[in-house]
Formats: sequence, C-alpha cells, structure tokens
Amino acid sequence: MRDTKYLLPDNYETIKATEILAKEGFVVMPYMYPDLNAARDLVNAGAATVMPLASPIGSNKGLATKDFIQILIDEIDVPIIVDAGIGRPSQACEAMEMGAAAVMSNTALATAGDLPMMASAFKKAIEAGRQAYLSGLGRVLVRGAAPSDTLTGFLRD
Amino acid sequence: MDEQYFVDSQALSEEALKKKHSLENDPSSRTDHMKYMDGQEQIKSDIREKVLSEVRSYDPDKYSAADVRRALEKQNPGIEDLKAMLSPAAEPFLEKMAERARIETRKHFGNTVYIFTPLYIANYCENYCVYCGFNCYNDIRRMKLSMEQIEHEMKVIADSGMEEILLLTGESRKMSDIKYIGEACKLARKYFRMVGIEVYPANVEDYKYLHECGVDYVTVFQETYDSDRYEQLHLKGHKRVYPYRFDAQERALMGGMRGVAGSALLGLSDFRKDALASALHMYFLQRKYPHAEISLSCPRLRPIINNDRINPMDVSEKRLCQILCAYRIFLPFAGITVSSRESETFRNGIVRIAATKISAGVSTGIGDHESKYTGKEESMAGDEQFEINDTRSLDRMYKDMSDEGLQPVLNDYLYV
Repeated sequence: MRDTKYLLPDNYETIKATEILAKEGFVVMPYMYPDLNAARDLVNAGAATVMPLASPIGSNKGLATKDFIQILIDEIDVPIIVDAGIGRPSQACEAMEMGAAAVMSNTALATAGDLPMMASAFKKAIEAGRQAYLSGLGRVLVRGAAPSDTLTGFLRD
Repeated sequence: MDEQYFVDSQALSEEALKKKHSLENDPSSRTDHMKYMDGQEQIKSDIREKVLSEVRSYDPDKYSAADVRRALEKQNPGIEDLKAMLSPAAEPFLEKMAERARIETRKHFGNTVYIFTPLYIANYCENYCVYCGFNCYNDIRRMKLSMEQIEHEMKVIADSGMEEILLLTGESRKMSDIKYIGEACKLARKYFRMVGIEVYPANVEDYKYLHECGVDYVTVFQETYDSDRYEQLHLKGHKRVYPYRFDAQERALMGGMRGVAGSALLGLSDFRKDALASALHMYFLQRKYPHAEISLSCPRLRPIINNDRINPMDVSEKRLCQILCAYRIFLPFAGITVSSRESETFRNGIVRIAATKISAGVSTGIGDHESKYTGKEESMAGDEQFEINDTRSLDRMYKDMSDEGLQPVLNDYLYV
C-alpha cells in the first residue's frame, strides 16, 4: 500500500500482481484507478474484470470519475465493475445505466440509517439501471445548427 | 455470370488461352483459396472471425427507419447502429446522416483536408483478378522503373510541392521484390515527409524492413470480404489466398508500421456487407492495436484498358455517400480517403462531409509524371491500372479545397 491516506489503488503494481496471480491460476478481479492504458494492461495480464473506482474508497462521493469509467466500458472487452465511492442508490443506478456489469458497495450501506432497507433500495436501483441499459437509453436532444443549403445536393445518381 | 469481366487478348498463346478459359469456367482447375502458399506467414488472430461472424449474421433488410433514427441520435453508435446506417432503411436519411457525419468530421479533424499523390513504379503482376487492368492476361505495356527513373519521377512530383507519397506496384514478388520496393522507399524518404505503400501483402519481417526503409503506412484492399465471391474473382496467383490478404494490415502493425488502411472494392459483391466488413476490419484492428492509425478508402469499380464494360454496378453516388457517412459516424477518428476514381464534383462534396484525405496530380500509369506534370513528351510509359476521373493537379486541388473553406494540409507527421 503506497498511500495510506486515500487508499488509492496503485495501477502499476496491480498490473504486475495480476500477471503473477493469473499465471498461478487465480481469477483476478483488480481494483484500479480508471485509466484506459492501465485497463488494457490489466486485461493483457489476465484480469477477468476491471474494477475502476468511482471516487475515493469509503467516501460515498459518487461517480466522480464518470467520463473515464465510460471510456473503459466502451473500449474494454471484459466486464467493468464499479468499485469504491458509490454512496447512493441513484449513483449505483447511473453506473448500471452506463453499462457497468455490477457495482460494489460497502460503506454506503454500512453507514446508512437502516442497513437492510438501504440494501433493498440499492437492489431496486441496480435492477432499474441494468434494465435501462439493456433497453437502450432514449435520445437527448441537442440544439443542432441546420446548414442553409443541403450537404448532399451534389450527388448525381 | 462474370462474362463482362472476361477479355481474350490476341497476344495470348493458344496454351495460355486454354489455361485462362479453364480458370474462368472450371472451378476445379483453381487452387484452394483458403490455403496458404509457401512462404506466406500465418499469424494467430481472431480479427477475421470477429468480422466475418458479424457479416454472416447481417441482414440489411431487417432494419427499420426507427433503427436508423435511434442510431443517429446515439452519442456513441455501436455495431448494430452501423448495420442500420448501412441498410436500405437509411437511404431516406442521407441528408441527416451527412449532417451528423460533418459534425463528427469537424470535431475530430477540424476543417483540414490532407493531400497526397500515388506513384506507380511497376505494373508487372502474377495474379489473374478479372476486374483489374494489371491482371496477368491483360495485354498492356508492362514496365518497371529503374531507381534512376523512380528518382526522376519523385523529383518532378516533389517540385510540385507534394509532401506525402504513396508507392504502388503490381503484385509480382519476382519483378518487384521487397528489396526493390525498399530501395524505392529509401529514395522517397529523401523527397517526401511521409511514405506509404500499396503493394502485395507481405510477411512481418518484410514490413519491418520496409518500415526501416522509411515506410509509415500500409494500404491493402481486400477487394471483397465475401470469401466465395473472392474465389470467383481472383483466379490465379498469390492474391488468390484470402486469409493471407485479410491479415496483411495486422502483420504490418506487428512489423512496426504506424498506420494501416483498407477497404473492399465496392461493386464486386453485396456492397452493404462489404462496407460493413471494411469498417469492422479497421474497428477491430484499432481495438487490438490501440496505437494504430486506421484509415478507410472507398473505391468503386472503374473501366480498365481493354474493358470499358466494368462499372460500379449498384453502388450509386448516393449509396457511396451513405457508406462514407456511416463510416464516419461509427469511426469518428478514422481517416477516410476518397480516390481519383470519383469525379471532381463528388470529391468536392464529400470532403465537406466525411472524407479527410484526397489525392491530386494522379497517374495510375508507370513513368509518365513528367509528361503529365510538365507537358514534356516521354518515349516509354507503362499502361494504367484503371481510368481515373478527377485529374486535378496539386495546385488546382489546393485552391479548390481552400475555396471550399477547408485548410489543405500536405503533411502532419514526422517519421521517427
């Protein structure tokens, strides 16, 4: 552990550890900081999943690294599991809508007022997010500049 | 069914004609096109299977207008969206696709358009590809430039201001071996900042050597991704081996090349499936080799010497435009080159939408740049591979692109 204050993962050492463990026959599910090149190296080292953090572990701060997690979901062929930082059911739902295969939650539940009720809320949120992802999210309207003349008017046949 | 491609030259001996006819009419007289020939390196790769399994399951008629609309509204369109955009259901959405494609092009390339020129250094060929002007049974003037002649051509081209060159040969390992191509590339490095090649597919070691000689970019056309159709069109020679050609770009990347390009030759087979395969081939290559620069072209069939019946079949300009928009929306970061096979009007229009690279000062003949560039007569020149359509010089192209509101770029990379 190279950082005892934030408990941030060390991608470089994790890649090396993944390679050793995968060679020894372990199914390796590495926690990591969402970096595309490191994620590719983890997959090449034999990782079964890639598990990026959403924000510092135990912080309940939610999807602070959202854009970078989306890049991993788009580019990496193994399942992406969002690990660390998810603080509310709505954040878990959002991660699932993005196409994450699963989320990991501990502190969000452990620090909740009623743990079983919060666990049930997470379950519903995760199911809702997954269904939304599978059904294909609807469009978001953006204001588009319409060109004054047609772009395809030059085509002859 | 392919009679329009077959032309018997009077120059062929009776024996050669007999062989030609048997290749054309009797499939059992041809070799197994899936079997590697001696000397052809086999690499382990899953890309071919990934591409072909998507193509096999693709039914263009099953997509609806709603599928196309959904694809065009997505932030990151995926493979299913690409399939919808290439389907007949997308034809009424051409203008919408062009608008989206233009946004993506401008987002990733700004208002630039890259200009380059090809230089054919030899047209000897050992293959019989029935639609190609260089095919070994076609009676054309064959030629291979000496190093002195190549240097002379390069000087003429470099004097026009061009900074990127694409070197081409016919496919004859005997008449234009790797060493010959390598030496030509070393010369090209003297006169140009960027050197690409479009020659026969080679092994990893060959690509390594060519990269050391100064080559950065390798283009190989699969012609058609439909293996059965490929077999009917490439009747003889090394090119007959489908999988060896398919893996060429990957071997080039393994040999250290910076970028690769490819495509089907549209009009040879089902163009929607071939377009899908072309895009996915480059897509899966880029996923596996994230550092690679990928680029797509979009050649359509053109008439050749001794056969003016060859045409792009059902690939109209509108459909070609649809394909290019689909490529752009699916692969926003990919280079798209548009060939001088297309007309001036088409090329001017498509660079406003999707294309990022355009050739100028083009000749597909051998050793005729001086006469074409300066009007000086030359005694000997080798015949052309196909008829070009857009004959603009670099100066005119530069001006025309500027007039379109685009910024012409002659080079954006230094060889390392």
